[in-house]
Amino acid sequence: MSTATTPTAYNYKVVRQFAVMTVIWGIVGMAMGVFIASQLVWPELNFGLPWTSFGRLRPLHTNAVIFAFGGSALFATSYYVVQRTSQARLVSDGLAAFTFWGWQAVIVLAVITLPMGLTSTKEYAELEWPIDILIAVVWVSYALVFFGTIMKRKMKHIYVGNWFFGGFIITVAVLHIVNSMAVPVSLTKSYSMYAGATDAMIQWWYGHNAVGFFLTAGFLGMMYYFVPKQAERPIYSYRLSIVHFWALISIYIWAGPHHLHYTALPDWAQSLGMVMSLILLAPSWGGMINGMMTLSGAWHKLRTDPILRFLVVALAFYGMSTFEGPMMAIKTVNALSHYTDWTIGHVHAGALGWVAMISIGSLYHMIPKIFGREAMYSTPLINAHFWLATIGTVLYIVAMWVNGITQGLMWRAVNVDGTPTYSFVEALEASHPGYVVRMIGGAFFLLGMLLMAYNVWRTVRHSKPAEVVAAAQTA
Amino acid sequence: MDINTLRGLGTIFAMVAFIGVVIWAYSSYKRKDFDEAAQLPFADENDAKAQDEQQDDARSNK
Repeated sequence: MSTATTPTAYNYKVVRQFAVMTVIWGIVGMAMGVFIASQLVWPELNFGLPWTSFGRLRPLHTNAVIFAFGGSALFATSYYVVQRTSQARLVSDGLAAFTFWGWQAVIVLAVITLPMGLTSTKEYAELEWPIDILIAVVWVSYALVFFGTIMKRKMKHIYVGNWFFGGFIITVAVLHIVNSMAVPVSLTKSYSMYAGATDAMIQWWYGHNAVGFFLTAGFLGMMYYFVPKQAERPIYSYRLSIVHFWALISIYIWAGPHHLHYTALPDWAQSLGMVMSLILLAPSWGGMINGMMTLSGAWHKLRTDPILRFLVVALAFYGMSTFEGPMMAIKTVNALSHYTDWTIGHVHAGALGWVAMISIGSLYHMIPKIFGREAMYSTPLINAHFWLATIGTVLYIVAMWVNGITQGLMWRAVNVDGTPTYSFVEALEASHPGYVVRMIGGAFFLLGMLLMAYNVWRTVRHSKPAEVVAAAQTA
Repeated sequence: MDINTLRGLGTIFAMVAFIGVVIWAYSSYKRKDFDEAAQLPFADENDAKAQDEQQDDARSNK
């Protein structure tokens, strides 16, 4: 093996930058989430100001957790995994640094423009056109760095984790560019190029694939590296992982119309979205089983290793939410669940349970390695974080299930003469206890992130420059 | 062409593509390649453990 005699120096600087920003943006985004959850309990927290109103802060929360926290986690882990499984340094340090500073600039611009009310009003794509252009440039640079590194790999094969990262990078580029097509009327205002039902379909083709590729394929790339690594055994079935990859990416792209059941979207398109969403259960569970079964023969490690626990519980939540999703995509179930808090609960089963927990587990594995330390400063703190995150997620999901089903049933109840049994405000009042529990669950999760920040800070503070250099040399 | 014929062909195409991927992934001539690829997460540990060095030797002999 040539790499054993000539160690490869990896570019860990950009990985360290993104890893630290993942923790910081995680705290910012989740704190924003707890704040707007509190607004739903105590509406006075709007302060009567436009900049702090729920309608402006909610997109700030979603952008901060998905693109700032999740995005930074994906950049950090994909740059780390592609270098280590390819045994090659990133193809360009300059371009990698540009993706870091460019991405941070996008986030800062979001933090400024969204509270000002500057929005394109497209969900999960609210940022206005100049920021969209910056995102596109950063993303294409990301693709160049990632695929350039794959091309100069020293290993014969491209590891399956890199296939998932690669699929995520390419698809997100296509989704972002097509969905953001707009006619600018000023520096801060634009109108979508699409109109009517077409606009809605493009929006949810983008929106659901933001879930399917940004929040699923990318994090599956993470899973395929960090689960085997932390369990110290190869993935349960590499063949299953290949079927998983091709089935997942070719089916996810069709699932978007389930966001538009019973709307002006043609009925056949709604049915197509429903059927494709149902089929999606198979590859999703194939991937979950592949990750879980990697632990077969090593289940005892869960007793002592809270990092592995994070990764496995993330897979459990992934399995749960990818079962719930197809079920909610069935039109008759959707008639009850749509526009209720059940949807919010489903999103957070995926976002807190899967996306955040797989990222947190991966970061706890990766941070000591990129800072040249043996392990994190404190394992008991990781364990405490694990329980806060798990309990917080469960409180959140259960509160939203109860609220969602209550709302759905109250909204659809009619008297014998056809008039609604309940007014909207009655359903809102019934939701109040659930909003309190949701806020508490979110606060649990946020508290866990604060423990993580302290743990990371102590780990990084003990790291010596010589050790950091040595870590990047180990091939 | 009738729209329903197109839909039928689309379904057949998706089914053939899926079966094709499964046959390809599970065919025995790919076994060695996939076993090698599955070890890639551990390629970065080769000078840390003697056991891994053996795996590396096996890999570089391919």
